[in-house]
Amino acid sequence: MGIFDYFRQPSQKSANVAKERLQIIVARERAARSGPDYLPAMQQELLQVIRKYVQVSDDAVLMNVDREGDCEVLELNITLPDDKD
Amino acid sequence: MARIVVITSGKGGVGKTTTSAAIATGLALRGHKTAVIDFDVGLRNLDLIMGCERRVVYDFINVINGDANLKQALIRDKRVDNLYILPASQTRDKDALTQEGVEQVLNELSEDFDFIVCDSPAGIERGALMAAYFADEAIVVTNPEVSSVRDSDRILGILASKTRRVEQGGDPIEGRLLLTRYSAERAERGEMLNIEDVGEILAIDLLGVIPESQAVLTASNAGQPVVLDQESDAGQAYLDAVARFLGEECPLRFVDVPKKSLFGRLFKG
Repeated sequence: MGIFDYFRQPSQKSANVAKERLQIIVARERAARSGPDYLPAMQQELLQVIRKYVQVSDDAVLMNVDREGDCEVLELNITLPDDKD
Repeated sequence: MARIVVITSGKGGVGKTTTSAAIATGLALRGHKTAVIDFDVGLRNLDLIMGCERRVVYDFINVINGDANLKQALIRDKRVDNLYILPASQTRDKDALTQEGVEQVLNELSEDFDFIVCDSPAGIERGALMAAYFADEAIVVTNPEVSSVRDSDRILGILASKTRRVEQGGDPIEGRLLLTRYSAERAERGEMLNIEDVGEILAIDLLGVIPESQAVLTASNAGQPVVLDQESDAGQAYLDAVARFLGEECPLRFVDVPKKSLFGRLFKG
């Protein structure tokens, strides 16, 4: 860094942005490939059911299958829109 | 029995063929009898990088189809002892790459080679799957760039499930990261993912880091594997990676920015 850089507005480094984006997408894709085959279709159908009652966006439904010992736990996370809208 | 290693990446243009040529040549320079096979049927390029494009008579598919035997198809390198190239075919019929055919060729090579280096095509189609299927280990070539890292993770998923080892109930093959086209300066300025970032996301062991280097283009222009340019940073970094591949301890080089003087730090951005 040169002396003139100290007067510039600090901004987020692009490498950090890249890392954060990658961590999210890679985690999501790993979850998709480790889960059962029916998971993507089930996610789509759930989204349709929810949309009969509330308008939510495509990424509002997050689904995960976790293994805890012998148990498989299906975790469903739905982000509902704010009431004010 | 030969050790079969696949050089793979998912994404194209990250340096798989450059790496295959460099690692195979490096292994041969260390005295190991090595064959390097181009699995990119229809788009062969390993022959150009190895500088033997005018000596190609028969290819991988010819051997699989029985039109030629391995001895006729293997091209012996003129510069390095113990190094042989099996070129890909230019045929557009990728289905010619059958699992049985590939297995037969690898089995025959295994009998008197120490290492078989499989240069995978980009993508996740048949050629890439066949290059990985019989491998004992993998080198995942990745650029410090979002699309390359994502595709490498995808390939790691395939390596974890679609190899002979796994299908026969064995442990998944080990994939090690080779980070190529790395610029220590840009990483330090926060403009490029650094070694730790990529390692953390992919969560695999690091085999080596190859700096962005003009020597790579110069070498490919001349059809010389870059390790033969032993003055060059990239050539030395590849030789280090070969040493690590052979189980030697070898510290990383070309990954730190040379310290500038105070004057330089004040006036150069």
